[in-house]
Amino acid sequence: MMSKEVFVSGNTAVATGVSLVEPGVIAAYPITPQSPAVEKISEFIADGEMKSEYIEVESEYSAMSACIGAEAVGARAFTATSSQGLALMHEMLHFASGQRLPIVMAVANRTLAPPWGILNDERDTIAQRDTGWLQFYVESAQEALDTIVQAYRLSEQEDILTPTMVCYDGYIISHAYEKVVVPDKDEVQSFIPEYEPDEILNVEDPKTLGYAPSGYNTEYRVKQQLGTETAKGAIGDITEDYADQFGRDYVGMVEEYGPENPDVTLVTLGSVTGTVRDVVDKLNDQGREVGLVKLRTLRPFPYEQLADILKGTGAVGVLEKDISFGYEGAVFSEVRSALQGTNNVPSMNFIAGLGGRDITMENIENVYEKLFTMAETGESEGRIEFVGYRFSDGKGII
Amino acid sequence: MKIDEVTETDYMDSGAACPGCAGELALRLVLKELGEKTVLTTTPSCVGATCSVNISRINTAFPATAATSVGMSAGLKALGKTDVTVMAIAGDGGTADIGLQGLSGAAERGDDILYVCYDNEAYMNTGIQRSSATPPGTWTTTTPVGKERPKGKERPRKDMLKVMMAHDLPYAATASVSYPTDFLDKVKEAKDRTGTRYIHVYAPCPTGWKFPPERSIEIGKKAVTSGACILAEWDEGKFSLTGQSKRLAEDGKELTPMKEYLGPQGRFKHLDDEAIKEIAQTARENLEEYRKLAQAYS
Ligand SMILES: Cc1ncc(C[n+]2csc(CCOP(=O)(O)OP(=O)(O)O)c2C)c(N)n1
Ligand code: SF4
Ligand SMILES: [Mg+2]
Repeated sequence: MMSKEVFVSGNTAVATGVSLVEPGVIAAYPITPQSPAVEKISEFIADGEMKSEYIEVESEYSAMSACIGAEAVGARAFTATSSQGLALMHEMLHFASGQRLPIVMAVANRTLAPPWGILNDERDTIAQRDTGWLQFYVESAQEALDTIVQAYRLSEQEDILTPTMVCYDGYIISHAYEKVVVPDKDEVQSFIPEYEPDEILNVEDPKTLGYAPSGYNTEYRVKQQLGTETAKGAIGDITEDYADQFGRDYVGMVEEYGPENPDVTLVTLGSVTGTVRDVVDKLNDQGREVGLVKLRTLRPFPYEQLADILKGTGAVGVLEKDISFGYEGAVFSEVRSALQGTNNVPSMNFIAGLGGRDITMENIENVYEKLFTMAETGESEGRIEFVGYRFSDGKGII
Repeated sequence: MKIDEVTETDYMDSGAACPGCAGELALRLVLKELGEKTVLTTTPSCVGATCSVNISRINTAFPATAATSVGMSAGLKALGKTDVTVMAIAGDGGTADIGLQGLSGAAERGDDILYVCYDNEAYMNTGIQRSSATPPGTWTTTTPVGKERPKGKERPRKDMLKVMMAHDLPYAATASVSYPTDFLDKVKEAKDRTGTRYIHVYAPCPTGWKFPPERSIEIGKKAVTSGACILAEWDEGKFSLTGQSKRLAEDGKELTPMKEYLGPQGRFKHLDDEAIKEIAQTARENLEEYRKLAQAYS
């Protein structure tokens, strides 16, 4: 078999990525906009294209619990969810990472209720940032497929053993159709080594999971932290190997786009990156030196690379689809902390796309205009701007 | 099974349960019957927190007992390991309350697990709070006895055997640690089936029920002979009473006076004769209902 080109939705691309890996156990519960992904996986199994045990669990909480059980006995597991479903899993997300079980989960990002909505923002996964999972934010259906394959190799690496979330924006990626290259299954299988974990529940060598020797919680957590730190280097190596073997290069944790040493730089993540690329091209064609930094991972957080990339630019904006109420966008806080110690580059947070609000090219051009002003004056006129705020009370900038 | 047929081999390593804890005994007995080809799920509860076993085990999160076990079962199947029993043990709170959804889901799908609920009629591990399995008339720390609420807990308890029977599973039973051979016969039946199997074992708790630890087995017996707890079995659609409960309901054996069961327990010390009579009456009615059920599903 060879790789082939198909024209599919992001959800189908996710399902296809999973079918190439063929985990032993899939446990999932439907939720818009993830549903077509798990329906497709069910179809693959029904048609015999994929040999996995599929558990049609009665909730996301049980989906994650079942993945934990499967990985605890040494089987690969996969699940997918969105929004409310992810929130319901919260307790078990900690369990999966704490027990060092390399589960891979796809999340079709969707807003959290209320107000009820099925459209996209990234508040759901960003709220799970501290659960100990690695988090990738992808830009396309192709990247979703490729990242799922990479995620198994990454998570299962002996010195990492940490679960991974592959976050793909609901509707914008999940339901949009794209040309996607499906790699050859045997090649994918050769890319991810056999899963043979040491610490599993079996009858030959009894052990208890779920506890650490009493008084050693800190040491346990240090190991967890080291695992996620190790992932930094591994992501670089794995994306490089992937590029060599499959021809698609996602660079690593961060990708720079636009001219070298741009006058101003916008940091963003997820599907909106595509729109920002177009704006960058347009403005650069007009002779304005603007740059883009795509954050591919939020955990591990590539602060060294970001500091290095951003230190020479005139102003930094962070465009994100979430807010940590009482402070600011969570990604903005992270980027600003990465900027500590570099020169005092002015920065501003642009919160956009909440509940599925469109982010237009014009919105992004305005953001860049603002960054130019900040670069000139050396300061910003506010910390947070809610892009496209509809009321005229002036409260959209805080 | 006869009591001298129970193996000497013990899969419990050590334990930190209170003296006289019947929950610990329940797990000890089940493991003797299941043997070493078992992987175990435990969860927050007295047994999960105090027992140490020398078979493979995961202590999962409180609501996750059934679903974690289901994942283990599917994982073992995916790996071609088909000769291992996946067993879960949880308390009445972990089963009838916070874990009910996951257990119901497993039973409806027919996932291949053996689930044991040891019932000490309250949340003991967190300090004797009521659960939905706490019987009416019980003092707990969240159903304290007061002027406005002289009985303690008021509502009847959730009947988990009936809940599980409604899932039409291959095997479900109630048992008591005080009748170990009846209990282990049921474990043996359950072990050899595929699908979700459920055993609900009554397990007196000296600390939470407030009686001296050396009386656990005796109190457990009185729970059955007074009719407060009923031993029964659901086997592929057939329902029957077993052991002492069968003798009481079908052979006309006299019930032990309810006062003999409730009297030694501090958690019932606020009850007057009238209240005890009421409890005895409910017990007789429940037993009669079970007898009729056994007739209907014979
Ligand atoms: C989600 C969650 N809520 C609450 C708890 C606290 N908790 C631990 S054990 C327990 C009660 C256990 O009661 P039961 O299942 O009846 O077992 P027992 O301790 O009585 O043996 C509670 C409420 C928890 N661990 N997790
Ligand atoms: S409180 Fe009760 S159930 Fe818990 S360990 Fe003590 S006796 Fe056993
Ligand atoms: Mg209890």
